[in-house]
Parts: sequence; structure tokens; C-alpha cells
Amino acid sequence: MGKVVLVTGVARRLGGRFVRRVQRDPQVDRVVAVDAVAPEHDLGGADFVQADIRQPSLARVLAESGADTVVHLDVTATALGSGSRTTVKETNVIGTMQLLGACQKSPTVQRLVVKSSTNVYGAAPRDPAVFTENTPPKSLPSGGFAKDTVEVEGYVRGFARRRPDVAVCVLRFANILGPAAETPLTSYFDLPVLPTVLGYDPRLQFVHEDDVIEVLRIASHDPARGSLNSGTFNIAGDGALLLSQCSRRLGRPTVPLLLPAVTWAGSLVRTLGVTDFSPEQIRLLTHGRVVATDQMRETLGFRPAYTTAETFADFARSRGPGLLPPQALAGAVDRIAALPALGGTHPAHSAN
Amino acid sequence: MADAKVIPFDDDRSRAGSVPRPARRRGAGNRRTGGEGRQAGDVQPLSGRSRTRDDVPVTREADGAGEPDGSGARPGPEEPDGSALERRIAGGLAFLRRRLTGEYEVDDFGYDAELTDQVLMSLLRPVYEKYFRVEVKGVENIPAEGGALIVANHSGTLPLDGLMMQVAVHDHHPAGRHLRLLAADLVFMLPVANELARKLGHTLACAEDAELLLGRGELVGVMPEGFKGIGKPFGERYKLQRFGRGGFVSTALRQGAPIVPCSIVGAEEIYPMIGNAKTLARVLGIPYFPLTPTFPWLGPLGAVPLPTKWTIQFGEPIPTDGYPAEAAEDPMLMFNLTDQVREQIQHTLYKLLVQRRSVFF
Repeated sequence: MGKVVLVTGVARRLGGRFVRRVQRDPQVDRVVAVDAVAPEHDLGGADFVQADIRQPSLARVLAESGADTVVHLDVTATALGSGSRTTVKETNVIGTMQLLGACQKSPTVQRLVVKSSTNVYGAAPRDPAVFTENTPPKSLPSGGFAKDTVEVEGYVRGFARRRPDVAVCVLRFANILGPAAETPLTSYFDLPVLPTVLGYDPRLQFVHEDDVIEVLRIASHDPARGSLNSGTFNIAGDGALLLSQCSRRLGRPTVPLLLPAVTWAGSLVRTLGVTDFSPEQIRLLTHGRVVATDQMRETLGFRPAYTTAETFADFARSRGPGLLPPQALAGAVDRIAALPALGGTHPAHSAN
Repeated sequence: MADAKVIPFDDDRSRAGSVPRPARRRGAGNRRTGGEGRQAGDVQPLSGRSRTRDDVPVTREADGAGEPDGSGARPGPEEPDGSALERRIAGGLAFLRRRLTGEYEVDDFGYDAELTDQVLMSLLRPVYEKYFRVEVKGVENIPAEGGALIVANHSGTLPLDGLMMQVAVHDHHPAGRHLRLLAADLVFMLPVANELARKLGHTLACAEDAELLLGRGELVGVMPEGFKGIGKPFGERYKLQRFGRGGFVSTALRQGAPIVPCSIVGAEEIYPMIGNAKTLARVLGIPYFPLTPTFPWLGPLGAVPLPTKWTIQFGEPIPTDGYPAEAAEDPMLMFNLTDQVREQIQHTLYKLLVQRRSVFF
């Protein structure tokens, strides 16, 4: 009766959290956790198998485990530890191909959940303001993680055609934030001063880590009554925040730079290998991206616990105060307001 | 001059009987608000704004001071200025506090209602009231609630007509509705312009965004002539161009939203475009490069629009909810409706031109 869940990418915190969470579900018998490196965190009662998903040995692991549900979380933007961009791409694309090949051969697999990203939509000025699952991207991402996800989704669609008996669920996550999240965007927000593109104020959307775990859990079990959990779904918190709002709420000042300068600096930084500030990251921080989550609510039946703003507030709390803490600014304004004489308030109001 | 060339159509179907020719904008304002506007009007800068919040922010003070003389007898300072000023300052500081800490809301499209109401509109209002002296007619034709699509003619080299239409709806509609304009993709490619456009509630002119906004019950404004309309030579002023491919009609049909035709007179003459430097435009990647009697020759000074007198008339709404579900897929019906909207705007344009005394007064 019990289920066997195979999870990839467990050496990451998100994978680890999901493994710990899913084994508490009563219908789950056994969790097989797979990654190329041993995780630093505890995986609870899960069986860890050290296997590189880029190698064909993965097929044996899958066959031996007899898994009926495969949760593929090893689609990530950044390398774990000191991997290069090439390794990341290999893991994302070749790893997915190997995993799908293994799934196709396996008679036991009934359900496949793939972590994708809203990066597949790209970000361009000619795009509609809100992407639905069916919106074709105006400009396909030319490289980097965004292109990986596009390719991964392509292979997953091919797999779904070849194995119509397997329920396939692709979850396109907006930018994942949370106290423990580590993504290129969180490292951007950790900068003391945020470089922005002059004349652009992108709309950003976030999804909280807790919601990610929860929606992965929903997708990896049988669908609840009245919902359907196979297909492609955008997963994001309600609402949107502008980058300027984010920086103010974080209390970090921004430095607007000209777009060519940003692109140039980005490529310089990339060449030096300091950080993975990729072109699609710059495009996101220029044009922004908001997705529609109607399918997530109506078809998948999932309601995120955190809105975009709440997710960001939670993230901001976990980070230290910036150079311009919002509380201090609010306090300064309040002090001006408390000045007794009307004359004292006039300068503030012309500054407004 | 333009008036003389125009052949009037003696067709009285769209509300000609309103007022023969209200010479001053003040007349329009009084007619719109009726009796209750006058009572509220002595302290409030504009009755249309009373709905936002009672703490009128300081950023409006400049035009707030100029406004009461428009509403007549009693000038602003009559209000015991201690409490009013204090309230304004408190409101302004609260606004400043929210802006500095980022504690304000934007919607999925990046529309910053607070910034629009308090800052951007007050920046546009002097242009609207003092420079172009816009007269608004038929604002009651815009439904008080639910989605509606306002379709207007487009002219004037720079899309000032869209912005003025937005101010017109914002300031004059009794229900205080906000117009969400659909803008060309060029707007969203330009730095600064795209940021301001998003904050003003504009979005890209595409069927997806328009349908989403109409579905949320928003008032959507579209100028289907696009670049053909705004970049047409001065000799073709007030001649409507092709209305795109009629996509706006199928969008309205799918959402069952009424179409409100809107005619804007006055915008054509702000930058009389006598030539188009096509090669330069191609090099710059823009659809046209206008040559006006002043523009490239006088430098930035030449980019100042001529102070023409504007009239914006909203026509009677054309309902679209009576059609079956598959009507949006029917090209014949779409063309017919497109033509109907186009004709109505063109007729109203001619009528307004005949009534117009002069381009500048």
C-alpha cells in the first residue's frame, strides 16, 4: 500500500527539507534520497544513496528502490560548493535526461514531479505583464539557468508523451525566498548596496520556502478530491513587489546604473568568476516578471500561506538591517511630525 | 483653419444637446459635479478626489491653491488654515513615511495607485488644466463600475493625448475610476518611460493584458490607430487611420465589456508634423522622427507643445454583452463593430471641430 518516493537533489537545503517533511506523511513508506554528494544536513529516516544523476547508474538505483513517485529537485541555478557553470548545466540537462530515461524504463513509476522555474518565460519589454502557463515567451532565454529549465521542460514534455500512464507535474516556481534560501537573488539582496538598472523598476514575485515544500508535497501525492495535480503550474505568492520597494523594505540603498554598464559589469564579474550574475538575472532585474497563479489555485487546489510581500518580510527579518533601516527612516519622519511648530515641518514637505 | 475644411455631418445621434458651447472649462466642471460638488468644492481641490483620502497631501498644494479660483466664489484660504494645514502636513508626512519604508502596494501590473493619485496626477494636472485647458464632455458615458473599454483617436506625435485622457477620467468621473491605458511596446523598452508607465497603470497593448484587466473590472483605454495615428502628417489631421486589426473588439466581446468611443480634439495641433526623417528614425529604431516647424531646429525648446485648446468627448457606450460566446471569433461581426466605433469617433470629431472657435481658444 505504501509509497516509495525517490527525491533527487537532496544535498541542498530545500531537498533536505522536503525529504524530512514527506516522510512524515502517513501514506509514504520509504523515501530514497539521491544526490552526487552527501548532504550536510540530516535526512531523517530516509535512505540516502550517493549517485550522480548524470550517470546511468541512476537507472539501477531507481529500479532497486522500486519507487512509484519521483521528485526531481536537482534543477538549480547555482552549483553546490565549488562547481562551475558547466557542471550545473550538465546536472540540470543531462541529469534530467538520465532520470527521465530511467523513469521510462521503470514499470513502477506512476508520478513524476519536476521543479522548474518561471525563468522559462524570460523577461522582455514585449511580454505581457502577467504570464499564464500558456504564454509563449517572446524572447527565449539565450543561456544560463533559464535555458536549462526550458530544455528540462522540453524533455519532460517528451517523457509525458511517451509515458502517458505517468502523472507528470511541472512546478514553475517564482523566485524562492525564505530565511534559509540560497539563490542568486538572495545573494543579490545580501549586497550592502543594490545595483539597479537606471530607469527600470522591475516587478518581482516571490514564493516562500514553506510554500514550496507544501506544494511539492501536494504534487507528489494523489490529488485531493476536486483537484488535478498533473500538468504545468506557476507557483508564486500573491501580488508583486517592485525592486524599489524591496530595497526600501530591506533598508538597502540602490545605485542606479545605465543598462549597458550593468551588462558589461555583469559579464566582467562572470568572467572573473566572482558570482553567477547571469544575463537572465540582469534581464529579470530590468524588466521583471509576474505570473498568473489561477491554475495553481483552481486546478492544483493550493493556496500559498505567504503572499509575495509576506515572503519578502520574512526574508528581510532573517537578514540583518541594511544601511538605511526602514524603522530608522520611519522614526526620522515621525520625529519631524512630532515637531511642535508648523514652521519646522515646512522643509520636509518641500522635500516631499 | 482646420475647421473650415471639414464637412459637417448633420447627425445628432450622439448627445449634441448638452450645452451649445461652454466657453470656459469652469462650465464643464460645474455641470459635471452638479449641486453637491459646489458644497464640497470649497475646501476640496476637486470633488473627484475626495474619495481617495481625507488627508490631502502636500504635494498637491501648488495646484490645490490654484484650483479654488476655478470653482468660483470662495478662495481656499477661507478654511481656518491651522487645522487644514496641519492635516495636510500630517498627510504628507504619512505619505513620505510610506514611500521611504516601501510600505505601499502595487498591483500585478506595477500600478502604484498612491503615487499616481498623489504625485503623478498632480504633475499632469497643470498641463491638463492650465496648458491645454481640456474640456471634458460625456464623462457619464463611462460606466461607474465593471470593465469597459475606452477607444480613442490617437494623435500629436507624442502620446500626450493618452495621459490627458487619463487625467480627464481620474478627475472628472463621479465614481473616481482609474483608466488603465494600453501602450505600445516602445514605451516599455525606453528607460524611465517604462517605469513611469507601469506606475501610472499602463500596460502593454496585447490581448492578454487587456483581457485580464477587463476581467478584473477595470476601465481600459486603448488607441487602436497606434503609430499610424500618432505619427501621421499634419495634413491628415483628424482623419482616423485604420483601427489596427480590430483586436480590441474581440477582446471586449470576450469579456462582454462595453466599448466607449472617445474623441480627442486639440491634440493634433500640439506638434504639427510637417515632415518625417525616416532614415534617422530607422537608425534610432523608432517608428518615425517628427519634423515640426520648431522641433529639431530650436533644440529642446522646439519640443514644447503648442498650447492648443482640447476637447475630450466620451460617446455613448456600445454594448457587447448581447452577442453569443463565439462572436469573438466572427471576423465579419468584428469588422462591423470596429467600423461602427470608428465611424462614431470620426463623426464626433467632425462635430467638435465645427463647434471649435479656434485652435488655441
